[in-house]
Amino acid sequence: MGDIHVKNLNVIFGKRKKEALRLLNQGESKASILEKTGCTVGVYDANLEIKQGEIFVVMGLSGSGKSTLLRCFNRLIDPTSGSIVLDDKDIVQCNEAELREIRRKKMTMVFQHFGLLPHRTVSSNVGFGLEIQGIDYETRRKKAYETIETVGLKGYEEQMTGQLSGGMQQRVGLARALATDPEVLLMDEAFSALDPLIRNNMQDELILLQEKVNKTILFITHDLDEALKLGDRIAIMKDGKIVQIDTPENILTNPADDYVKAFVENVDRGEIITAGSIMFENPASIRIDHDGPKVALRKMRKVGVTSLPVVDNKNNFLGFVKDEEMAYMEENNLDKISEYMHSKEEVRAVNPDTPVADLLPLFLDNIYNIAVIDNDKKLIGVVVHSSVIGEMIGTNREKVVQLKEEGGLAL
Amino acid sequence: MKLDIGKYVESGVEWLSANASGFFDAITTGIDAIVSAMQTVFLASPFWLTIIFFAVLSYYLPARGRLFTKEGWKAGGGISIFTVLGLLLLYFMGYWEETMQTIALILASALLALVMGIPLGIYAARNDRAETIIRPVLDFMQTMPAFVYLIPAIILFSVGNVPGVVATIVFALPPAVRLTNLGIRNVPADVVEASRAFGSTKRQLLFKVQLPLAMPTILAGVNQVIMLSLSMVVIASMVGASGLGQAVYKGILQADIGLGFEAGLGIVVLAIILDRITQNLGLEGVKTKE
Ligand SMILES: Nc1ncnc2c1ncn2[C@@H]1O[C@H](COP(=O)(O)OP(=O)(O)OP(=O)(O)O)[C@@H](O)[C@H]1O
Ligand SMILES: [Mg+2]
Repeated sequence: MGDIHVKNLNVIFGKRKKEALRLLNQGESKASILEKTGCTVGVYDANLEIKQGEIFVVMGLSGSGKSTLLRCFNRLIDPTSGSIVLDDKDIVQCNEAELREIRRKKMTMVFQHFGLLPHRTVSSNVGFGLEIQGIDYETRRKKAYETIETVGLKGYEEQMTGQLSGGMQQRVGLARALATDPEVLLMDEAFSALDPLIRNNMQDELILLQEKVNKTILFITHDLDEALKLGDRIAIMKDGKIVQIDTPENILTNPADDYVKAFVENVDRGEIITAGSIMFENPASIRIDHDGPKVALRKMRKVGVTSLPVVDNKNNFLGFVKDEEMAYMEENNLDKISEYMHSKEEVRAVNPDTPVADLLPLFLDNIYNIAVIDNDKKLIGVVVHSSVIGEMIGTNREKVVQLKEEGGLAL
Repeated sequence: MKLDIGKYVESGVEWLSANASGFFDAITTGIDAIVSAMQTVFLASPFWLTIIFFAVLSYYLPARGRLFTKEGWKAGGGISIFTVLGLLLLYFMGYWEETMQTIALILASALLALVMGIPLGIYAARNDRAETIIRPVLDFMQTMPAFVYLIPAIILFSVGNVPGVVATIVFALPPAVRLTNLGIRNVPADVVEASRAFGSTKRQLLFKVQLPLAMPTILAGVNQVIMLSLSMVVIASMVGASGLGQAVYKGILQADIGLGFEAGLGIVVLAIILDRITQNLGLEGVKTKE
C-alpha cells in the first residue's frame, strides 16, 4: 500500500514524439534531438520506486525535468510512454474518471506559487478538495478547521488568503493538500518562493508533520541543502535523466558521476555526514583484562597512532590509553592499565549517526580520538581529528595530513 | 468585371427574409415582448419610486460593505445625488417617458447581448480554435459602421424597437465576448492547475475558479456593453426605436436645436448614471464566500 513504482517513464514535448523517442533510445542527446525533431525531452527513461511513508526528493538544475516528472504522477502532464503504478493501478492508463478519483482521494499537490483561490477564505481554500468531491459544507468545514490547526494556522480560518504572508499562504497550500487525507503528496518546489528563514522553518515543520501524518511525499527542489535535509532518498536529474538515486549520505560520499560530484561540492557537509561514515571500523583496541603496556605499545606502533581505545571482554568501551604513559609503565614495570587509562569522564564517545558538525566541538581541549559506540555501549569505531577536519573543509584525510605537514609559516 | 459582393449580401438577406420569415418573426415577437415588458415596468412605476430605486442602487454599489460610514458616503454619495438631480431634471423638462423608454431599450439590448456574449466568451476561452475564428468576426462587427446594420435589420425585422435592438446587440456584443474570454484566460495558470490537481471537473473548474476570478473583467465587459448600447440609441431611432434617441433624431430632421439639445442632455445624464452604476459592479473588496 502506498508504494509507487515508476517504470521506463518518458515525456517528450512536441509533435514528432515517436521519432524523438527512437533517437533517444539510440543515445542521442537532448540538444541534438531538439535540433533534429523540434521535440523537447522532458523526462527520459525514469525508473524509481517510492516507498510508503518516505520523503523522496527529486533534485536537479532548472530545466532538468523535475516538474515534468512530478506532473506525470497526477497526469497534469501525460507521459509519452511508461508506467506509474500506485496500489496495483497504472496511473498512466487511467481514464478521465479514474484519474479524477485518484486526484481527489489519493494524491494531492502543493505548488511553488501556492495556487490558492484569492477570492476565498483560508478555510474554504483548505476545504476545496472536499468541496470538489461533493462533501457537504459542515463536514468539510470541520475537516478544514482541523487541518488548519495541524499546520499551525489556528485563528486565521476566516481570513482571505491574499492578506497572509508567503509562509502562511504555503501553510494553507499544505493544509489544502492534507485535508483530503491522500496517500501521496506531490510538492513542486513548495518552499522555493519563501524567504530563507521561513523556508527553513517550513522544512523543519514538514519533517515534524510527516512524523504525524506519515504520507508518501514526492518533493521537488533545486536546492541541495533542502534535498539533503528533507530527503530519505534523493534522485538527481540531469537533462531529463535520473543520474543517481540514493540516500543523502551516499550521494555525498559516493557521487555517481562528475555531475553529481559538482553538485554536492559546495554543500555544507557537516550536517549530513555522520560519525558512522568517517570512522575507522573495527579499530585496534586494548583488552583491559589481558593486554598490558607492551601489547598496547606494539599495537600503536603497528597502526601508527598515539592512543588506542580500551574495551572489556564484551567489547564495551572503557576509555583511551596514550603511548607516553604506556612507555612510562613499561619502563617502571607497571602492568595495571586501568590505572593509566583515561576513562569516560575525560574522553568522549558518540553514536554513529552524530553529524560531523557536532563532532568538531568535542575535539576542543581533547587530544584523544573519539570513540563511536552503539546503543549497547559496544565499541564499533574511532573517529580521528584529521577525518573530521577533512569533512568540514571538503577534502580527504590524506590531504589534511599533508596540509598539516606543509602548512603554516616556517620559523 | 466587377466583383459585386454587395449583390451577394443583398440576395442572401432577401433569401433569408423570404424563406426564414417564420424564424425572424419568432425573434421579433420575443424581443418585442422583452422590450415591452421592460417599458411597462419603467413607465408604470411612479417617477419618484424609479428615482429612489436608481439613487439607492448608485449609492449601494460603490459603498458596499461600508454603507453608513464616511468612506461609504465619499464613494457613493456624489453619484447618488447626481442621479436624483439628473432624473428630476429630465422629469421636469418633460422627457420622463422618453427616458424610461430608452432605459428599457438599453437594458433589453444589453441583457440580450450579455446572454449571448458571455457564453460565447466562455467557449472561446476554453477552445483555442474557436477563439481564432471568433476574434476576427468580433473585429468585423465592431468596425463596420453601425448604420450599416440598420438595413438588413429593417428587412428582416421591419421597423420599430426590434430592428433597433437587433442592430444594438450586434454592435454591443463584442466586448462581452472579448472580456469574458480575456478574464478567463487571465486566471493564473497555477490556480487552474491546482484546481485540476484536486480532481475538479471542467464544470467545477469553470464555476468555482475561472468565473469567480474572471468576474471583475467580465463586469468591465458588462459596463462596456451597456455604454455601447447607449451609444446606439440615436442610430436605432432611425429605424423607429422609441425614446430619447427618437427625440434627438426628430430634432435633426426638423432642425430643432432646442429639442435636439434637451434630448441630447438626457442621453448624457443617463450615460453618466449607467456608467457609474455598472462601473462599480465589479468593485474590489466584495467578498464572495463559496
Ligand atoms: N509544456 C511544455 N512544452 C514544451 N516543453 C516543455 C513543457 N514543459 C516543460 N518543457 C521543457 O521540458 C524540460 C523540463 O522542464 P521542467 O519544467 O520539468 O524542468 P524543471 O526541472 O522543473 O525546472 P525548474 O527548476 O526551472 O522548475 C525543459 O527543457 C522545458 O523547457
Ligand atoms: Mg519546475
